[in-house]
Amino acid sequence: MNTGELVIDDLRAGIPGREILQGLSLTVRSGEVHAVMGPNGSGKSTLAHVLMGRPGYEVLGGSVTLDGIDILSLPTWQRARAGLFLAMQHPIEVPGVSLVESLTAARQTVPGADSGPDVTARLREEASRIGFDERFLDRSLNVDLSGGERKRNETLQLGVLRPRFAVLDEIDSGLDVDALADVGRRVEEATTEWGLGVLAITHFRRLLDVLRPDVVHVLAGGKVVATGGSELAEIVDRTGYAAYT
Amino acid sequence: MGTEARRPGLDPREVPILPTFTPDIAAALPGPSWLTRRRAAAAEAFADSPLPTEKDEVWRYSRIDELDLDRFGPAGSIRTGDDPGPSPSDRIHSLVDGLGPRSGLVVTINGVLATLASTVGDDVISLGRAADHPDGAALLGAVLADPRDFPLLNDAFAPDPVVIDVQDSSMTADPVIVVHVVTGTAGEAVFPRTVVRAGAGSTASVVEIVVDADSGILAGSRGDLLSSPGDATERLVVPVTELAVGDGATLSYVSIQSLGAGTWQLAHQASTIGADATLSSYAVALGGSYARLRTDSALVGESGTSSLRAAFFGRGDQMLDFRTLQDHRAPRTTSDLLFMGAVADTSHSVYSGLIRVRRGAVKSDAVQTNHNLVLDEGAHADSVPNLDIEENDVKCSHGSTVGPVDEDQRYYLESRGVKPERAEQLIVAGFFESIADQVPVPGTHDLVARALAARAGGTRG
Repeated sequence: MNTGELVIDDLRAGIPGREILQGLSLTVRSGEVHAVMGPNGSGKSTLAHVLMGRPGYEVLGGSVTLDGIDILSLPTWQRARAGLFLAMQHPIEVPGVSLVESLTAARQTVPGADSGPDVTARLREEASRIGFDERFLDRSLNVDLSGGERKRNETLQLGVLRPRFAVLDEIDSGLDVDALADVGRRVEEATTEWGLGVLAITHFRRLLDVLRPDVVHVLAGGKVVATGGSELAEIVDRTGYAAYT
Repeated sequence: MGTEARRPGLDPREVPILPTFTPDIAAALPGPSWLTRRRAAAAEAFADSPLPTEKDEVWRYSRIDELDLDRFGPAGSIRTGDDPGPSPSDRIHSLVDGLGPRSGLVVTINGVLATLASTVGDDVISLGRAADHPDGAALLGAVLADPRDFPLLNDAFAPDPVVIDVQDSSMTADPVIVVHVVTGTAGEAVFPRTVVRAGAGSTASVVEIVVDADSGILAGSRGDLLSSPGDATERLVVPVTELAVGDGATLSYVSIQSLGAGTWQLAHQASTIGADATLSSYAVALGGSYARLRTDSALVGESGTSSLRAAFFGRGDQMLDFRTLQDHRAPRTTSDLLFMGAVADTSHSVYSGLIRVRRGAVKSDAVQTNHNLVLDEGAHADSVPNLDIEENDVKCSHGSTVGPVDEDQRYYLESRGVKPERAEQLIVAGFFESIADQVPVPGTHDLVARALAARAGGTRG
């Protein structure tokens, strides 16, 4: 069981010429589920991109550490290797590269992930847990997949790679009720199975009905403006974000 | 001096006597009188016409100005007394055996017929020298009736034009395999010539491999050897292939070029497609120093279809040069071209293609697509699609892309923990997978896929 923490401290970041995150701080411990809620433009997706090191974003100040390792100084693949995972809001199509190929290549660099059953067996197991059609395992990544299938695919990869911390960027968008339940259940099980720490970025409360958060943060203007328990999600859902912006 | 150093050819001290491409030498090649007369006339026509230059539109972006023809002589006419070395026949057989069952095998060494074996009768496919074929005089040049520059030189100096004559209405599932092996001394010019006639209503397939005797696909079956550039001896190879697809016939044609790193290739593949006929052509270009392939496909009969594919991968400082013509001359004809390639290191590729729809070729449908991956800063790809449409009621589209590996795709794989260089390899292999799967002769799929993958994984020079 993992123990550790993902610490975001006074993070300032954005795109060239525009600071979007303006001093964001929060700490996720292993096994915890934190929800980050906020209106459009509050910096939710920027947070996800900056944590994983997407090209085009720049860090202006602050720090992010994963078990004490300075994540922001690492290239993307080494962040993954350190145990960070991002389930993308818009998973990218990679023609001609299959899930099996990409995860086989990934497991060769992620320590510990390369032990145990082979990738294909792990993929099959996770596919059945998440309700992902096995036909897609050998097809090009995300090509010809519906929005919902792409999100199941992201969750499936999370299950195979078993990261220490996962950032879920609007994983609930494009999902129907059944898919949402499958995805939410799988992530929640991971928190007890191997102590996955979760930072779930979402616009709506409905994800949090299936993936119960320990902590809810409200993000506005690029910083955390309120933190509370799951009741905070209900308040936001009832009253909207107006009080925070 | 920089240009001088890259010029293919010989140090004059290496070979004391250099025969050039004179009508006398052409006329002295063996063959029936119609063939020797034909060669002499071609040699004279060639001697009377200027060599192309980069100022000519179809030679723009090429390296043709670097070619000094005087530094080469027809293969076999250079005598140095060197031992020709061990025969590559075992390796040739292991290569072709890997392609599955076949209807026939033709091997030429430096353009001279070395092996001829047919497993189907003459009533299905008649295979042999044009010189021995009763219709040889009519078949040779039937598609390429008005050759210029290098095809004309091939007309003059091809020692053993080969004819694959598929009888009307015959059906064969397995391909005829033609291997042109290039070997021997520096300065030799080699002229492979293949003529395929697919008779009316026939179905056939042909695989044509132009290969350096020491290059990757002959050097061994091990994957890591596939990317070997072969030997750097400076040679000139001028292969010409004519494909005459008769009415209602279906011809699948795969060509694989794996020449040595010092070889200049000036290749020409010309086809005519009859009424209701289909040509599926697929070219793979791997080797050579400067390797040019011109592909002209003329749709001469109503409702004919031409599918033209090419996959290429440049490395080192080589240049791969493709010129295509989709020539719609008859109504309701379809052409569909897709050329995909990558350039790495300081290599360079050119794609320049023309869709021509002539007056009267109504309801024609033409597609021309060229995608290029540029993998290193020093590499370069030019893509020049063109349309020349003389008819209104037609559908034509063209498109091309030139660019590096997609940054978002790389990011996605890296976000899963894939190392950057491995991510690039996967994406490049994925880029080629779509076109590798379109090889029209199933037995060649594995070789094509492995050869491209080996080029993609090749060491940086």
